[in-house]
Amino acid sequence: MSIDTKTAAHVAKLARIRVEEKDLPALANEFNTILGFIEQLNEVDVEGVEPMVSVTPMRLKRRVDEVTDGNQQAKVLANAPDAREGFFAVPKVVE
Amino acid sequence: MGDLNKLTIGAARDALRARDITSVELTQACLGAIDGASALNAFVHNTPEIALERAAAADQRLAKGDAPDMCGIPIGIKDLFCTKGVPSQAGSAILNGFKPEYESTITQNLTDAGAVMLGKLNMDEFAMGSSNETSTYGNVVNPWRRGNDTAELTPGGSSGGSASAVAADLCLAATGTDTGGSIRQPAAFTGITGIKPTYGRCSRWGVVAFASSLDQAGPMTKSVRDGAIMLGAMCSHYPKDSTSADIPVPDFEAALSGDIKGKKIGIPKEYHMDGIPGEIDALWADGVAMMKDAGAEIVDISLPHTKYALPAYYVIAPAEASSNLARYDGVRYGHRAKLAAGDGITEMYEKTRAEGFGHEVQRRVMIGTYVLSAGFYDAYYNRARRVRALIKKDFEDVFAAGIDAILTPATPSAAFGLGEMNDADPVRMYLNDVFTVTVNLAGLPAISVPAGLDKQGLPLGLQLIGRPWEEGDLLNAAYRLEQAAGFVSKPAKWW
Repeated sequence: MSIDTKTAAHVAKLARIRVEEKDLPALANEFNTILGFIEQLNEVDVEGVEPMVSVTPMRLKRRVDEVTDGNQQAKVLANAPDAREGFFAVPKVVE
Repeated sequence: MGDLNKLTIGAARDALRARDITSVELTQACLGAIDGASALNAFVHNTPEIALERAAAADQRLAKGDAPDMCGIPIGIKDLFCTKGVPSQAGSAILNGFKPEYESTITQNLTDAGAVMLGKLNMDEFAMGSSNETSTYGNVVNPWRRGNDTAELTPGGSSGGSASAVAADLCLAATGTDTGGSIRQPAAFTGITGIKPTYGRCSRWGVVAFASSLDQAGPMTKSVRDGAIMLGAMCSHYPKDSTSADIPVPDFEAALSGDIKGKKIGIPKEYHMDGIPGEIDALWADGVAMMKDAGAEIVDISLPHTKYALPAYYVIAPAEASSNLARYDGVRYGHRAKLAAGDGITEMYEKTRAEGFGHEVQRRVMIGTYVLSAGFYDAYYNRARRVRALIKKDFEDVFAAGIDAILTPATPSAAFGLGEMNDADPVRMYLNDVFTVTVNLAGLPAISVPAGLDKQGLPLGLQLIGRPWEEGDLLNAAYRLEQAAGFVSKPAKWW
């Protein structure tokens, strides 16, 4: 599988990272180097092997479904680049 | 007592309890050493006020006789750990100005035990790197040099600031994190001890996430005993981290008898790799001889899928990173790009992430995005997870056959020069983790112990890998190896 500049641009778009047009060939090249390395995995016989989900076979702990936290609006917003009237502020989302 | 900053945790603990020294004196010695070591660029956010306040409080606890092992011990904290009110940027410009409103479980545990935070330590951006050259704070410099050559060397990565600070005696110990080798490789490059515990032993709550199924924090120290002491203080379950293990934390230090008679030490044939310097193989052979002399039984073993660990890692880790790092969007914390007239929210995301993430992080986020994208998920991500299951099974098979620990080299080379890998393709840098990454994929505990010097006078480390949850036995084997290797070299001070 070889990645061209069009695919590289698409991946950058999916990742929401702006990449300038002139940088796309170098990026596609790096992707191809890394994916070429990853291709080795095709040599392994994985027939019948379940994809690994968790490192340790343990059941996740559960707790009672109740409110244990809250009323921390000021703390939640303290690090926001733009917060107004108790909300995160962002550029217009819908026309 | 002079040079208090050069003490080990064990020695300082005993001196503090005997009231021979105070934590304030010890802390001041470290703060002085930090002030004189800006050339290393290890500490990036200093917190002397917090340090002296905690040291004074520790002295009061010591006076009352209520002193846990870590009480009054000055340590450095990797920038990846959230520390309340103190900058925690994960080495990234995208978290410029971020001051957490909460504390990570591990730093809270250490604080509760009386440890003294001296400041935050430099690291590769989001822990992605093997040379500490991807940090927004600039490179960390290794205190070690090649003889009289003044060329700056890498301390390794991603916990490079932690490694450099401990090796240069700026602190008694430091926290690190290890996703593919980020504690063990820098420990080996700087002649110190680094422990990656079993996945789940330490809570990841409040540790900025890179790859959640692989990340695990651990101590970086001047000796195996110090590692045992500090690890005990770091471990715990935490209700907000469902992957942290709710099992008792044993007294790791009590396990250090040095007696490994009859223990079966496995030597995996797949770790003899092409292109590995002869010095590394020779060091490994020395390590085997030391374990044998100590009465251990040496067993040749096979871990057949070793070769596929790195490629599997470079699917799984970027995939998880692309998901974890989606949160850096310029909305809730950190950097937001200046927008042009008419820019909407998509432009805000794209510009913010292009400005805030460095090159290596961008590359890994995009690789992760690609392997998880429709049409490639099965071919890359699911295949890598299947291979991961086989790598884990390799280890389960040898442990089931009675192997107690596995001895390997820690790194494929000694520390290399900063900038030396600039023109290499990214895969060459990834090869640094060839001996360490299998352990993260299998969730096992492992330790890097300094075991010798190469012909240029640089430290080299050996790695021991243990059974899950049996850190005590693992540390005891490492303790025996440490005694046998007798590594006492320190870098000559030039900074």
